[in-house]
Amino acid sequence: MELSEHIKTANVEDVTLRRPFHPALRGTLCVTSHHLLFSDRKDEASWQLLILLKNIDAIEKSVENLFGYPRAVGSSGTITIKCKDLLVLQLEIPGMEECLNIASSIEALSSLESVTEMYPFFYRPSHLTLNGPWGLSSTEQYYKQTERLWDRWRVSTVNSDYSVCPSYPSAVIVPREVDDDKLIHSARFRQGGRFPVLSYCHHRNGMVIMRSSQPLTGANKKRCKEDELLLQAVIDGSELGYIIDLRSAQQAQQARMTGGGFESKSFYSHWKRIHRHHERGKVVQESLIKLVEACSDPSHSVDRWLSKLENSKWLSHVHSALSTAGLVVECVERDGHSVLVHGSEGTDNTLLVSSLAQLILDPASRTVTGFLCLLEREWIQAGHPFQQRCAHSAYSHARLKQECPIFLLLLDCVWQVWRQFPLALEFSEALLLRLAQEVYASNYGTFLCNSEQERCAAGVKENTHCLFQSLLRPDIEEQYLNPLYEPTDLAIWPSVHPQSLQLWTGLFLRWTEYAQNMEEAREEVWSIVKEHHEQAGPDRTNNTLSTHCDTLTSFENLMDELTIL
Amino acid sequence: MEHIRTPKVEQVKLLDRFSNKSVTGTLHLTATHLIFVESNSTSAQEIWILHHHIASVEKLSLTTSGCPLLIQCRNFRLVHFVIPRERDCHDIYSSLLRLLRPVSYDELYAFSYNPKQNDQEREEGWQLIDLAAEFERMGVPCDQWQLTDVNREYKVCKTYPRDLYVPITASKPIIVGSSKFRSKGRFPVLTYFYQEKKAAVCRCSQPLSGFSARCLEDEHMLQAISKANHNSRYIYVMDTRPKLNALANRAAGKGYENEDNYSNIRFQFVGIENIHVMRGSLQKLLEVVGTRSLSMTDYLVGLENSGWLRHIKAIMDAAIFLAKAVTVEGASVLVHCSDGWDRTAQVCALGSLLMDPYYRTIKGFMVLIEKDWISFGHKFADRCDQLDPDPKEVSPIFTQFLECVWQLTEQFPQAFEFSEWFLIQIHEHVHSCQFGNFLGNSQRQREDLQLKERTYSLWAHLLSEKQNYLNPLFSPSVAESHPVLEPSTQAYHFKFWRNMYNQYDRSMHPRQSILKHVLTLQESKRELEGTVQALKTKLQKFGVSTSPLKPQTPPRERSLPPRPQSLILGAPLLSRKEVQQEEDKEVFGEEAREDAPASTGGERTVEGSSATENGYGELMGSFGSKNEPGVVTLEFGVARMTC
Repeated sequence: MELSEHIKTANVEDVTLRRPFHPALRGTLCVTSHHLLFSDRKDEASWQLLILLKNIDAIEKSVENLFGYPRAVGSSGTITIKCKDLLVLQLEIPGMEECLNIASSIEALSSLESVTEMYPFFYRPSHLTLNGPWGLSSTEQYYKQTERLWDRWRVSTVNSDYSVCPSYPSAVIVPREVDDDKLIHSARFRQGGRFPVLSYCHHRNGMVIMRSSQPLTGANKKRCKEDELLLQAVIDGSELGYIIDLRSAQQAQQARMTGGGFESKSFYSHWKRIHRHHERGKVVQESLIKLVEACSDPSHSVDRWLSKLENSKWLSHVHSALSTAGLVVECVERDGHSVLVHGSEGTDNTLLVSSLAQLILDPASRTVTGFLCLLEREWIQAGHPFQQRCAHSAYSHARLKQECPIFLLLLDCVWQVWRQFPLALEFSEALLLRLAQEVYASNYGTFLCNSEQERCAAGVKENTHCLFQSLLRPDIEEQYLNPLYEPTDLAIWPSVHPQSLQLWTGLFLRWTEYAQNMEEAREEVWSIVKEHHEQAGPDRTNNTLSTHCDTLTSFENLMDELTIL
Repeated sequence: MEHIRTPKVEQVKLLDRFSNKSVTGTLHLTATHLIFVESNSTSAQEIWILHHHIASVEKLSLTTSGCPLLIQCRNFRLVHFVIPRERDCHDIYSSLLRLLRPVSYDELYAFSYNPKQNDQEREEGWQLIDLAAEFERMGVPCDQWQLTDVNREYKVCKTYPRDLYVPITASKPIIVGSSKFRSKGRFPVLTYFYQEKKAAVCRCSQPLSGFSARCLEDEHMLQAISKANHNSRYIYVMDTRPKLNALANRAAGKGYENEDNYSNIRFQFVGIENIHVMRGSLQKLLEVVGTRSLSMTDYLVGLENSGWLRHIKAIMDAAIFLAKAVTVEGASVLVHCSDGWDRTAQVCALGSLLMDPYYRTIKGFMVLIEKDWISFGHKFADRCDQLDPDPKEVSPIFTQFLECVWQLTEQFPQAFEFSEWFLIQIHEHVHSCQFGNFLGNSQRQREDLQLKERTYSLWAHLLSEKQNYLNPLFSPSVAESHPVLEPSTQAYHFKFWRNMYNQYDRSMHPRQSILKHVLTLQESKRELEGTVQALKTKLQKFGVSTSPLKPQTPPRERSLPPRPQSLILGAPLLSRKEVQQEEDKEVFGEEAREDAPASTGGERTVEGSSATENGYGELMGSFGSKNEPGVVTLEFGVARMTC
């Protein structure tokens, strides 16, 4: 079925649009295959609102048919559109039929499931071309750039046809002394074939963070020699490694009943297991739903608000994610031991913890490029099932399937780190907000599909543009820079006391008046800092130095003259 | 001095409140301070605790490592010492018990504190704030309001100041009659005049109406206030108590205005709880945020159960109501509670702050406190437990006011000239008894104590280090375009004030602060410009023309401006380098020493964080105690900063 067949009414005139903080507008509403377009055609400088249909999470319609009037006269309908970026819009559409038509078109078109019908496959801006490399980096490139890996690690292409592990990329980094055969055995012993692979090697002491899925020990405590050898090779003779299991000890025990399990002490004698309970899947999704609901009701009393905030448990998830990431960093940086992180499937919380740990540890991942590379490596290539997890956001009435806002949770955690270290990250909150939006609905192909394999099959790389590449174009990147950035080589341990964590108002209260004052203040900070940066040279590290360069120049001149005297 | 039995104890351990860390050092007891000096010679941190700041001392039961001594301070610091010998502990304990309960005003620190100023400087300090000038600024006296000398000798009301402003039509007999009908004689007087609409904010205490009593003079008084404002036919009477409390007071012969007896008043209850509820609420709040390994759930539930933010919102709501009535309706408002010195002070002060941008400047805020709190007789001595305390009188009323202002600074980052450090510093000194401003319960008592002759003014001290308290985002143009603040009272705007209540728990604070960074940038820019100016003048002296300057590229490298270490208490800027006097050490003691290493580079900021402080959970096994890698040694910088 052609997309256009879903569209019964393409154009409606005289529609009233209501958005937060803006006066109501009248104009024309237009539905296309991928967009909802509202245009205020009153004067020359017309204003337009363009919303990706995929961004629409829920649509509510209420139709008023004034009793006693002839059909279509005086009847009108209101559509409430709730977007995945948490914006809520209202459209008053004259004519009941038009209203219902528009609503049903939006419903049908916003829930398309076929990847190749999605907008990224049609997005062809004039300034971008489809030729050229897609993405920022590949496993091979990463390996080549990271000299500290060369000695003990190698790139394995055992998964080149995605048969060993469907959710892994074609190339992964593993210990040099472990051959592909062992990897295949280990993969059979791990859920979804996600055998332990390298996630990060610490620049200070060469210790690594590995990630995998749970071992399939099952009820009768199976073991796998190759898997044990693989992990043994990771720590390479050193006395100890840590396994951070993202389930409680009890949950890990229970997992054995369904074929899963954990690394037992007797077979992995050099590894110490630490259990940390993390909520997953549906529970986290419901947290998001509850939180957004609490944020969008302005009538709450303080007590009610606090109780709803608590009840959503969202901040508890932020708290535990940051705590566990902190624990991983503690193992690597302070104790000097390698770490293996896994939960059950190894595609959600595992990635959350390992990428947060890297952000805390690795100065390279705190730049714009570094952070996007981290996301590409640890989320996109590592096989976080974006399509399943981000099918719906907080407003959807659809029955939950595999939705889970783990990526949003990551962004929230990064925001918390940024709040505590406002000078340490090169990017600003704006980048996080942009990503939070793009992950649910995007012009770009970056967040499409669930794995490298699927992306290959759908031809994502050939037929869509890459978000990360476009974010890094100098003119675009500038919007996302943190003017206060001053690189530091040290680990940035965030405080995880509940008093130190806050609701991410920039995201969750984005469409309230709150955001307005904050935006002004932020601009003020920027203008102050930019004033100081005015004469910044091309060299970024020079930025702060040149803060006072004009004053300094004259200062030096005067000094010279004084010396002459 | 005679109370100090053991002036010095060695090998005392100081335990961290939230982790298992501890440091060893020496404890000194002086006439004014309890001082802990860490013995590690390279990174000796010092903690100075003023005796007046100590709220309670507790000796816990003996443990194997010694005798624990728990000291809780009014500025929300909590220190936990372990003293090796029980006898020493007991000596310190009993000395402290005596020292922290001064029996007469003369024992307060303010009377011995000497910042090495001469008498003239001291006098100038006291003259900084002039309330007569402030009323003049508001446009009073005017054709409707005048200064009355009825309370010149404190005969009509002991707790009011000498100078009071009343409507021109209120004659002396009316004033005296009205004062007899008001609790503690606190009859209605002007506290703020909104010139634009000629609307007045007046304050008083509750009427002694009982179930049916009335007083014609009091009714005349309210009428006079009403008539002084031609813009509105009615005045609001705000009773800031919950209705139930007001009803209960009627049985004691007090109560509230009967609308039938007073013409043209609109009576309104606001529902701010009394001092006892507030005291209990803060107690609960502090218990929650002082819990070790607090979970997010317990934190949020505890925050809710304490009711603290609910009370803050109630005060804010009342102030907003007041500001709206005055600025939008142009009506005059009379505010009272029971005695008119707690809730009334909160609401009048906060309401004025919303209406008048002047009160959002550093100087203006001092004036506001001087007017609505100090001169109108908020009982600082009782509420802050200065002398011979009655625990039932202690209550964090003024702290709540400061917090309300902080909540506003969070909503309007550009509207205030000062940052939260100004508020925190004021809070610190309300309890320190180091300056004369907040001593005593009323103006009259302050005069009896001859404070202006015998002590120094806090305001002069704060103004001298003004640059530490500036808000770099302050924009006077915003104040011009939006003179009246209209805060939102949606629940999510009310946040926990970590920098106040967990002020001394360093591990909780952000490691880097935008505020500080921007301030530092501005400061170093100013400094450089100063240097350039100085050199220019020098050159001119030599007769060299300074322009045009030849452009020089590339700019020479320069070490980074010293970056503030931690958000809290933060070594604000360069002035910190100046030699600190004793009083600064008390507050900034630990930071004063951090200046020297600060110049070693920007790295220090980040070291402020370390794993152990943050409590991700201790690593198990013997491996945690092995030699730590190089980075950790850097962390000693932190250990020093952390108390």
